[in-house]
Amino acid sequence: MCLALPARVIAIDEHGEMATVALGGVKKDISLILVDEVQVDDFVLIHVGYALNKLSEKEARRTLALFAEAGLTGDGLS
Amino acid sequence: MKYVDEFRQHHLAQKLAAAIGREVDSAREYRLMEFCGGHTHAIFRYGVQDLMPCNVEFVHGPGCPVCVLPIGRIDNAIHLVKQHDVILCTYGDMLRVPGSGRQSLLKVKAAGGDVRMVYSTLDALRIARDNPGRQVVFFAIGFETTTPPTAVAIRQAQAEGLTNFTVFCNHVLTPAAMRSILESPAVPGMAPVSIDGFLGPAHVSAIIGSRPYEFVPAEFRRPVVIAGFEPLDVMQSALMLIRQLNEGRCEVENEYTRVVNRRGNVKAQALVAEVFELCHAFEWRGLGLVAHSALRIKDAFGVWDAERRFSIAGVSAPDSKGCECPSVLRGARKPAECRLFGTVCTPENPMGACMVSSEGACAAYWSYGRLRQPPVAIKVEAVR
Ligand code: SF4
Repeated sequence: MCLALPARVIAIDEHGEMATVALGGVKKDISLILVDEVQVDDFVLIHVGYALNKLSEKEARRTLALFAEAGLTGDGLS
Repeated sequence: MKYVDEFRQHHLAQKLAAAIGREVDSAREYRLMEFCGGHTHAIFRYGVQDLMPCNVEFVHGPGCPVCVLPIGRIDNAIHLVKQHDVILCTYGDMLRVPGSGRQSLLKVKAAGGDVRMVYSTLDALRIARDNPGRQVVFFAIGFETTTPPTAVAIRQAQAEGLTNFTVFCNHVLTPAAMRSILESPAVPGMAPVSIDGFLGPAHVSAIIGSRPYEFVPAEFRRPVVIAGFEPLDVMQSALMLIRQLNEGRCEVENEYTRVVNRRGNVKAQALVAEVFELCHAFEWRGLGLVAHSALRIKDAFGVWDAERRFSIAGVSAPDSKGCECPSVLRGARKPAECRLFGTVCTPENPMGACMVSSEGACAAYWSYGRLRQPPVAIKVEAVR
């Protein structure tokens, strides 16, 4: 029920209220009313037809790097 | 899919599993409650439990809004269709949830009731615009994630003067549920649940931030890690909890930084605060009456409140006989300990909500874990 999926914004209407996103190969129209300052090519989290939040590319990369480091922590052997 | 597939990579899962294996203290147990159904689903679908050392156990929490909605509220919704002849719009998950007397919205629909599945509150508004002669009720359920879209719909209805649209509000709050679980060992008649730490909500926290969970370490001395819903997120968060427990630390940490910060989505919070206010108490399946755990529509928006328009009465209806959903939802029992599991109760013929929602623990056990045998220690002899 609380599932939400990351999607890339491909177009925004002239009022900045609705956007078209690419979600797993399909295009979907969603509302931008809950988020500020979204631009084309941003990734947003989509839930029941609304963007809930922007997704931070930088943080995503940092988290992935943390996973990759996991095997190297502790006693240093892996 | 970008930002999904990377968080499911097999080789990284192996690394994380190795790190967890190295860091656990074999002299103790780690009972980690994953609060959300989204986590439960990931744990089962990707076999995360199998990658954990045997002293790390995931305890499934009440974080599925479909599962925690008491039967009385389903009965109310059914009543709206049957007695008031409304068009009832709701998210797909609600259609098959059993109400009293084995009724469900799907059965009511099959019998001619006007029940419509919608993907978004925007669809419900459109149905109201298209049917000016009918009353259209949006049966709203969900945690903090799903509440802002309902607030937007009510504001939109007000802006358009759409008076044939109302909302039957069942929006509930996760921090109150966590408090209830932590306090429940003291509730007479309820089996105590021992939990060492929490995997905190992902998308709920996208809206409310991580700050509302800070009472958990402060008052109850349990660590919380806000965890994304992908399998690697769950594993990394489990590792972060294990480290906190090993080091005797106890704080709110955030694994899901790509979406969540401490403050959350302030704009969405403001919209919710404009339309809704705290309800004195709300009944949860499994937790009973929980103080300040739900929202209701403010007086200023009372015209769009279905409970007022149709004078919906609070009814308290018992769960299906033999259904252990209440204990399953609090992590006190495993689905397989329910006598109805897999015999009388299956996803095709659910007796309880935990078997309906794909995020319910019973449905997850049935779909992914039913045939799993208990782990067997395999001895590998060196070949000489
Ligand atoms: S198996 Fe069915 S009846 Fe038993 S607790 Fe789960 S949902 Fe309820």
